[in-house]
Amino acid sequence: MRRLLWPLVVLALLLVVNVIFTPTFFSIQMREGHLYGSLIDILRFGAPLILVSLGMTLVIATGGIDLSVGSVVAISGALACLQISQDAGVLTAVVLALGLSVLLGAWNGFLVAAVGIQPIIATLILMVAGRGLAQLITDGQIITVNDPAYKLIGGGYWLTVPFGILLVLAVLAVTVFLTRRLALGMLIESVGGNAEASRLAGIRSRGIVIMVYAFAALCAGIAGLMISSNVSSADGNNAGLWIELDAILAVVIGGTSLAGGRFSLGGTVLGALIIQTLTTTIYSVGVPPETTLLFKALVVTAVCLIQSPAFRDKVFRRRGRPPTPRPAAEEKVRVTA
Amino acid sequence: MTTETLTHGRRLAVPAKYVPILVTACLFAAMFVAGGVRYEGFASGQVILNVFIDNAFLLVVAVGMTFVILTGGIDLSVGSVVALSTMISASLMAGPGWPPYLVIPLVLLIGSGLGLVMGYIVHAFDIQPFIVTLAGMFLARGLCYTIGTDSIPIEDPTFTAFAQTRIDLFADLWISPSVLIAAVVVLGAAYVLHYTRLGRGVYATGGSEQSALLMGLPVGRTKITVYTISGFCSALGGVLLSFYMLSGYGLHAVGMELDAIAAVVIGGTLLTGGSGFLFGTVLGVLVLGLIQTIISFEGTLSSWWTKIFIGLLLFVFILLQRLFSARRRN
Repeated sequence: MRRLLWPLVVLALLLVVNVIFTPTFFSIQMREGHLYGSLIDILRFGAPLILVSLGMTLVIATGGIDLSVGSVVAISGALACLQISQDAGVLTAVVLALGLSVLLGAWNGFLVAAVGIQPIIATLILMVAGRGLAQLITDGQIITVNDPAYKLIGGGYWLTVPFGILLVLAVLAVTVFLTRRLALGMLIESVGGNAEASRLAGIRSRGIVIMVYAFAALCAGIAGLMISSNVSSADGNNAGLWIELDAILAVVIGGTSLAGGRFSLGGTVLGALIIQTLTTTIYSVGVPPETTLLFKALVVTAVCLIQSPAFRDKVFRRRGRPPTPRPAAEEKVRVTA
Repeated sequence: MTTETLTHGRRLAVPAKYVPILVTACLFAAMFVAGGVRYEGFASGQVILNVFIDNAFLLVVAVGMTFVILTGGIDLSVGSVVALSTMISASLMAGPGWPPYLVIPLVLLIGSGLGLVMGYIVHAFDIQPFIVTLAGMFLARGLCYTIGTDSIPIEDPTFTAFAQTRIDLFADLWISPSVLIAAVVVLGAAYVLHYTRLGRGVYATGGSEQSALLMGLPVGRTKITVYTISGFCSALGGVLLSFYMLSGYGLHAVGMELDAIAAVVIGGTLLTGGSGFLFGTVLGVLVLGLIQTIISFEGTLSSWWTKIFIGLLLFVFILLQRLFSARRRN
């Protein structure tokens, strides 16, 4: 729980700032059978980011990183919209898009686990080529679709709640169940801690790594469906642009170490919410939206510095506890890579 | 011992460390020959020089990136710093009418300063370079948009002179002044990497930070220096880009960090650090530029094929690197 303290403080601070500037910030209304309100908006617009960050958390927990999720978001949205515009059923479109996403993720996992390429580079390939692939699918155009069933995924409501939020809750529940109720989470952490040692201990680390990348891509695929369904169109060039960076930030803000071996799903959700709330805050406070990135940079730096043991030792001069020895951390990264 | 003689015998006595560069060089030659056979007017020296002219800024940025990657780090902020440099120089010359000889040093100073701060945070607080430079990327892009969201034209006579000057070489070949600047940067950087203490420190840090530390090398100072160099190179790349574009714009050089990283990787530098050459980076930039040239010569291919080709090339080269490093270990 202590790991979640700082992200919680930051999120609370952001919410307080919002309430000061817009006193009605916390009010949630019922209009035409739908829930409305700033908090609901944060959840709704943050849904794709939360999804992508969830997948990213597991990848980072194995000591990897996935830069290609933004491209997968674009590809999945593009393929689904293309199918629907060619009169395929929504279900076929969704299944095809998600299937392709999982395939792309498995490809990433194959490169990392079987070929042994550094994760950052292995996924860089798909990050660069995937954008091209998405544009190839849409033929460089923006495909617009008009299908009420497809619209539900990202823009619709179900039982008065935006469908996207329910989708996120479902994925979150399944992930928490799989990783915290079953042994899977521990296996993932063990692979992230030391892949070779886990293999010797009888864990099929290859299979786990491939599965984790496939899961990250599946999450990105769902997020891609949400984003394209929300705007009823697919844009191969700009959909999900830089979402991988936001997702990595969310994971880091949530207290998951980039070195792998540990992860916190709750922290990641908090991290994603902080990023989304930050964007909302900037609009509601009336700061020009151009400076969003500036604020993001400041918050990221602040959160990372606070979480760095070296920084806390230097600034707060904690007594009695020596700083975490560097060499140990260094060695672990080596072995994982 | 035996493995060494074996590999030497099999590989025509080319030291293993030069093999990735040789592969890239062969690829470049093959692409050039293929282009020359396929398209009329392709096989001329000017086509290669044009690649240099159109990519001088990328070359300078990639040089800085090579330093960082050689130490085992990564710098995601380069594209944004390039954009910030174009934006600062354009706005300072358009608004208060500052002269170029003040603006250019100031821009270089700001770029180096940003790099210095990022390097310091990476070293002193032990935060991953990926995250620190990501924050730097957001910061620099955000500063661009704070200065202005529109493109600002540059009308300063010195800048336009730089943009339009042609330096004639022999036989109708010509280059732009930017290419000269980039060449000076490459030569200077190659000298630093191979003939100075800093250069040895860079390779040692990338090879094994722990050993470098135990050997008494100034690892911290080296790390801070490479990020400063990268910041400086990005700022200089920004100045060259503003010569080329004659405008400052917050959306310039979006995704350039990827191009720079791709160029370094295709050039044969290992991303784990400690192994690679600056000349490889030059070849990497040339290969990327030649892909674009071929696609524009082809005419019917859409621009997104560039991305797919670059992705494929990255894949092939990383696979090759992987093969070589696996063989060396055996």
